[in-house]
Amino acid sequence: MRTLKTILLATAASAVALTGAWADGHSKRGKDGELKIIYWQAPSILNPYLSGGTKDLEASSLVIEPLARYNETGAIVPWLAESVPTVENGGVSADLKSITWKLKSGLKWSNGEAVTPEDVIFSWKYCTTEGGGCAQVEKYKDVTSVEKIGDLTVKVTFGVAKPFPYGPFVGAQAPIINAKQFEGCLGAKAQECTTANFNPIGTGPFVVDNFKPNDVIQLSANPNYRDPNKPAFAKVTFKGGGSATDAGRAVMETGEFDYAWNMQLAPDVLAKMAAAGKGTIESGFGTLVERIMVNQTNPSSALGEERGTAKHPHPFLTDIAVRKALSMAIDRALLTEIGYGKAGRPTCNVLPAPTIYASTANDGCMKQDIAGAKKVLDDAGWKVGGDGVRAKDGVKLSMVYQTSTNAVRQDFQALIKQWWKEIGVESELRNIDASVFFGGNVSSPDTFQKFFADVEMYANNFDGTDPEAYMSNWGCSQAPSPANQWQGNNMQRYCSKEYDAMIAKYSTTGDLNERAALAKAMNDMLMQSYTIIPLVDRGRVSARSNKLGGTVMNTWDSELWNAADWFRIK
Amino acid sequence: MLNYTIRRLLLAIPTLLFISLIIFLIIALSPGDPTASLPLSVPAEVREQIREALGFNEPIYIRYLLWLKTFVINEPMYYLQDVFGWEYDKSINPRVISWQTRSPVMDTIVQRVPQTLWVVGMSYVVGILIAVPIGIISAYKQYSIFDQIGTFISMVGFSVPTFFTGVLLIVVFSVMIPNDSFFWLPSIYDTTLVVEDWDSFWKQVRQMIMPVFVLSLFNAAQISRYMRASVLDNLRQDYVRTARSKGLSEKIVVLVHVLRNSLIPVITVIALGVPQVFGGAIITEQVFKVNGLGQLLILAIQDGDAPTVQTLTFIFAVLIVLFNLVADVLYGIMDPRIRYD
Repeated sequence: MRTLKTILLATAASAVALTGAWADGHSKRGKDGELKIIYWQAPSILNPYLSGGTKDLEASSLVIEPLARYNETGAIVPWLAESVPTVENGGVSADLKSITWKLKSGLKWSNGEAVTPEDVIFSWKYCTTEGGGCAQVEKYKDVTSVEKIGDLTVKVTFGVAKPFPYGPFVGAQAPIINAKQFEGCLGAKAQECTTANFNPIGTGPFVVDNFKPNDVIQLSANPNYRDPNKPAFAKVTFKGGGSATDAGRAVMETGEFDYAWNMQLAPDVLAKMAAAGKGTIESGFGTLVERIMVNQTNPSSALGEERGTAKHPHPFLTDIAVRKALSMAIDRALLTEIGYGKAGRPTCNVLPAPTIYASTANDGCMKQDIAGAKKVLDDAGWKVGGDGVRAKDGVKLSMVYQTSTNAVRQDFQALIKQWWKEIGVESELRNIDASVFFGGNVSSPDTFQKFFADVEMYANNFDGTDPEAYMSNWGCSQAPSPANQWQGNNMQRYCSKEYDAMIAKYSTTGDLNERAALAKAMNDMLMQSYTIIPLVDRGRVSARSNKLGGTVMNTWDSELWNAADWFRIK
Repeated sequence: MLNYTIRRLLLAIPTLLFISLIIFLIIALSPGDPTASLPLSVPAEVREQIREALGFNEPIYIRYLLWLKTFVINEPMYYLQDVFGWEYDKSINPRVISWQTRSPVMDTIVQRVPQTLWVVGMSYVVGILIAVPIGIISAYKQYSIFDQIGTFISMVGFSVPTFFTGVLLIVVFSVMIPNDSFFWLPSIYDTTLVVEDWDSFWKQVRQMIMPVFVLSLFNAAQISRYMRASVLDNLRQDYVRTARSKGLSEKIVVLVHVLRNSLIPVITVIALGVPQVFGGAIITEQVFKVNGLGQLLILAIQDGDAPTVQTLTFIFAVLIVLFNLVADVLYGIMDPRIRYD
């Protein structure tokens, strides 16, 4: 009885102590000492306008902030702005051609000066000035002017109706930068402003003390942060470099760091690390889909300059039966388990998220169906030849299957090759160094845009939560060809009048539910054409120390988006 | 000797120009693109603008001449502006700018050199200090147990790669040993640590133990084999027999007569190895996250950052040419039989 009483008392006492610690952690700025973050790709610059790299984007999100950003569910939440403008609250004009943002009052830069609409206007100018090489120009697409209306209000005007006007100043890619600091850095001069690019003055919870490119960033709490009780950490050490394994080990096994980003590791390695008991894996899913693109044009080198263009349709992949069979033969659950574990889930859609856009019409692909695939091919007249490869009218189902060099992708290639072999489709595997494959060098024949192969595999996603630009990728005019210097994202050269009509309709539809219905229909149309074979919806996986609290995994924005709320669990 | 040195230095100029051209061509002609590591959601037009802003679209020879001018003229101007009171204007004479960080490459290199010199340089010194005595004893007592063990260890040090020994040490000293133990060592090198008192000095020592050990094992293995072979050669020489027959003690025979003579070839090997110290130890630096020059080079290669790769490799080339000369000169100084003039 006495023991029980002791235990109960002890539990109560520790519970009180724990809540006390939590409450304390929230009540004072800088009370929790040092936060140590490790990114195995080291940040090179803290100006997201000059770098599209995720590592740089996320590191900079500790310092500079946008007017509004996405939360963990993909919803837009006001950040530096008082509220998110919509048509209902009058913030977005009825013709969808302008949006009016109002800054929170009393906002200050870390140097104590007030944040003004001029800073917002300048951020737009900075990114859109010729010669600056701004990586986020797309965010400011169609913006014709940004003007100050009141002391705290700016109006963004678009040249066309924008049903989704949340490109400019929303998300980690389009933050507000300090106009005074970057004044002399417009256009070609952007390269000369090393100090500003390494030590941007921001509104975020932390201030850069010391930036060593590709190595480490030291930050301390912003004395002028808008919430006097935040951040809980006085200092941040943001180390970069090494490999995902090293970073995972530093958080989950040795406990030297609190947070490690992007744990692209084999599922069993992660499980072993987590077993050490010092850290936890956090994952979240966004829109990144590993997919196989099925070429609709003939990549044969015999065609010379005209290879891979719409003039020459593919000899057998234009037959929907073949494409369907290729998709049916794949065991997506097994691929996910082998390649990504917790960091992936099988998908049958090229647009898997956010929830309102996710279609359920194609879920039949989840189950591998070798027999069914064989039957589809038999019915279409593809007969198995003496060498086990199907053929029809002298055309053999023999393909080149290319992807970038990456251990998981090569595993996928081997497995899929085997399944395709079972249904009588022969494939030759090729892998190309990622910097060449994704490099977009027009003179190289090995880029994923040129797609001089029959099928190719890679992953892609879109920024933010609005899939309009992404779904427009598959319009006829988006197909890479010599005429457009092999630019565009319609890799498989899909072309359908019906689809193009839907793209046109999408760009003029304002209602969110209608947009969602349309996006779903477009996804289904693509999926049922089998020119894109989705495999795995890849999530983000990060490791967090058990002593770190307040993290909320966010796949729609920077993972460090709410670093101001992080605290130490004692 | 002085004439010889001057002649060699003059000859080094066309050599280095040629080397820089070759390096440049290798980098420029190999496939790769500074925008390749950007997320796919960045559209093609934007990529094109970035390439334009970086000067990637200029013809090759213009890029080469521009780089040469910025490296050979503008960089020294920047560094010597205070000494000579030159008016330096960065918009007229831009410095070599990295494509990754949009900042001067040399600034990053200067920032990285101390780390590399501390860790890789220290391991070189430690390696030499271990290797020389081991080499002497192994040769003097050839085929003894000591020699056998020495041979075995140097074979292990030579053949087991650093990415294995490094990770092995981390697993033992950082993972298996608890954090609060005296024997625990950090697996991640803290490049922000400033040594200002005994406490921080001790921290610095602790974080250097593992990388230095891994690298010096490798260096010692190599040098001790040279040392052993060289001492063995000399021990069989007539002058050693003469010295012994004159009644000199073994200590004097070995440590004065044999050691001096057998160090001549070893010093050449050591001098030729110094540029590698500056080159950093790419793998070990990655394993322990000592963000030195080796790590800078590998990151620059991965991101297609041509100016950084070009500048770094060229500096390595300069060092190699320079230390070849140093080795030759040292050779002449140490061995009176060799005269260049």
